Amino acid sequence: MSEALAIKDPFGKATTGKLGMWLFIIMDGLSFGGLLIGGAALRATAPSWPNPGDLLNIPLTGFNTFLLICTSFTMVMALNSLEKGSQSGLKKYLALTLAGGLVFLGIQVYEYYHFILDGFIPSTSIYAAVFYSTTCFHGLHVLSGVIYIACILYAANQGRYTAHDTDQVEILGIFWHFVDLIWIFVFTVIYLI
Amino acid sequence: MSEHHEQTFWTKYIFSTDHKVIAKQFLWLGLFFLAFGGFQALLIRWQLAYPEQPLPWYLLGNLFYEGGLMTPDHYNVLFTMHGTIMIFWAITPMLIGAFGNFIIPLQIGAPDMAFPRLNMISFWTMFLASIVLLASYLLPEGAAAGGWTSYPPLSTPVGGIAGEGQTLWTLALTLAGTSTLMGAINYIITVVRMRAPGMTYFKMPLSVWGLWLTSIMNAIFVPIIAAGLILLLLDRTIGTQFFIAGGLATVEGGDPLLYQHVFWIFGHPEVYILILPAWGIVSELLSVFSRKPAFGAKVTVICMCTIVVLSSIVWGHHMYTTGMSPLLGKAFMFLTLLISIPSSIFFLNWLGTLWRGNLHFDPPMLFAMGVIWVFGLGGLTGLYNATVTSDIYLHDTMFVVGHFHYTMAASVLFGGLAAIYFWFPKMFNKKMNPLLGKIHFWVSFIPLNYVFFNMMVLGYAGQHRRLYNPSEYEFLAPISDLNISITIFAIILGFSQLIFAYNFINSIINGEKAEANPWKANTLEWTLEGPIPHGNFATTPTVYNGPHEYSNPAVKDRDWIAQSEPMPT
Repeated sequence: MSEALAIKDPFGKATTGKLGMWLFIIMDGLSFGGLLIGGAALRATAPSWPNPGDLLNIPLTGFNTFLLICTSFTMVMALNSLEKGSQSGLKKYLALTLAGGLVFLGIQVYEYYHFILDGFIPSTSIYAAVFYSTTCFHGLHVLSGVIYIACILYAANQGRYTAHDTDQVEILGIFWHFVDLIWIFVFTVIYLI
Repeated sequence: MSEHHEQTFWTKYIFSTDHKVIAKQFLWLGLFFLAFGGFQALLIRWQLAYPEQPLPWYLLGNLFYEGGLMTPDHYNVLFTMHGTIMIFWAITPMLIGAFGNFIIPLQIGAPDMAFPRLNMISFWTMFLASIVLLASYLLPEGAAAGGWTSYPPLSTPVGGIAGEGQTLWTLALTLAGTSTLMGAINYIITVVRMRAPGMTYFKMPLSVWGLWLTSIMNAIFVPIIAAGLILLLLDRTIGTQFFIAGGLATVEGGDPLLYQHVFWIFGHPEVYILILPAWGIVSELLSVFSRKPAFGAKVTVICMCTIVVLSSIVWGHHMYTTGMSPLLGKAFMFLTLLISIPSSIFFLNWLGTLWRGNLHFDPPMLFAMGVIWVFGLGGLTGLYNATVTSDIYLHDTMFVVGHFHYTMAASVLFGGLAAIYFWFPKMFNKKMNPLLGKIHFWVSFIPLNYVFFNMMVLGYAGQHRRLYNPSEYEFLAPISDLNISITIFAIILGFSQLIFAYNFINSIINGEKAEANPWKANTLEWTLEGPIPHGNFATTPTVYNGPHEYSNPAVKDRDWIAQSEPMPT
């Protein structure tokens, strides 16, 4: 083929799978946007809205937020190790990320459990409805992320990835960082303001 | 390019990752639901013309209703499920699922979709959604009955219509949305990544443009309705009250209008999601059958892109009567009317393509020209709905029903039928009977216009939509004859589709073998001899020409040149 006919690709070297994941997180972000803006609209028209700090355990969830940010760091380290050719580093950091995700979910379940014991359930108030729908939607993302990490960790254990073949780990990273980033928004909107 | 695959019956026809097989699966699914939804339309029409009279044998009323008599509850289920099925289970799988899958990789010179396995999962998610939807009919209280828009409180458990059909409806729609999103990821990335060398964006055929823009809109707006549907599902299942307010609510702060906003933020773009593929296909077919380049093809593309942008900021025109502030109403009216500018431009482009063309009136061309007519009428009547002052009178009347059936049902259906007649030789390697195709067009076109035009007349005279029994209102008595004649024409329209069904199935079984390029078209799919193997192109084609280079004077002996043929100099 002649040089003139070659297609210029604005996305450069990004693999097709990576583009697919980017597109997916844009769509997923719009779903979160729908929930958060919907919650904000309800708040704007509600006759009363509780101060989240009076109902929720902010320090505990603050710790959870910190933990989730740390798992983003370990995810970066996992990819970094793989790029340097360290299989053991990849496995170690993926396992740490997995553990972090599980602890996050555990704390969220603990939080829900105590709320439900205290009678704070989704039908209690419109605030409770917004709280549960948004945090649970995010929690399901963390759960999918944890399962996803477990699959990649399993494949890494079999030596599927090399320093020249990092694509699958990078795609996992995009998803996990997204789950992290969106939590910052959820935490701010639902817990802090 | 084509790899060797060991294929069993299951991997070849059922769980296939071949985009051409998945396209056919979507087509059969769409056609099944088209028949199903169309049949429901006839039952609705019977009730409107002969309220509370037993259904005749040919509408099979005795099968479904005791003594063939329809109750108001049945009627609610009918119009709800008719709308839902036609939009999400008939048109969407036919145009986006079937032709999106079939056309995009073939026309851009790709071996398959970017994510073939995701493509397969997309179909089976849709299949699951269909089963959930059909299962809702088996519930003791029947399927959903809150209208296809399912506004709360009609769709919420408190104060709404009884039964779990609505819950299954919400679930089925969420699943169908998921399927659509998987398709959207596939189509968008395929077009971005897998175009053959030389296939620049402006050398893509207009039908690929239409389908691509549709996928982009799906990717933006379906996630938003998914969020809304999840909240509705929570309202129905675990007792939240997002969309319940006033005397029905036990906690303060719910808002039924929020659902309407979320629904129409998605719902108005959905109109364009459905019609953009039809626009693209029509633009291309007009060019093929006029043996002329598509007039102003680039401008058509730019207009379609403009409409994509504008469509996302006009949803409020569905809500003029909800107590919207007049300032907001005016703003939405202005933005909505702006859409008529790009629409008119590419409408003129269609006429420009036809102007002094060498017109061939094959069935695909007839249906494409039918789209020009019905979309023209649908678009023009849209102006009355977009304008606040006239909409407040026309809102929720049969005028609106007639209008959106012209734009969505008639245009999109004709676009889909044009596509079936056009690509049938490539899909099934058989010819369809052209005479039956032409008869099918005329026996569809005339009754269809009678039905939908007179629906607008009914609405102008004041008949509300979703009315169970118009004869209960004295002021509607003078138009009861019109209701009867519409029903007669609707029955003719419905039963004339049997000609198509016969032609379609008979051609698959007994049809003559089709040649590779029966329409003398330029696009890449026609360079392939059927049956096309898994992997499509033996060698990746290189694209030299635009898709609509018909009657180019540089080509001496014929009036077409394949996109992959170098232009003689």
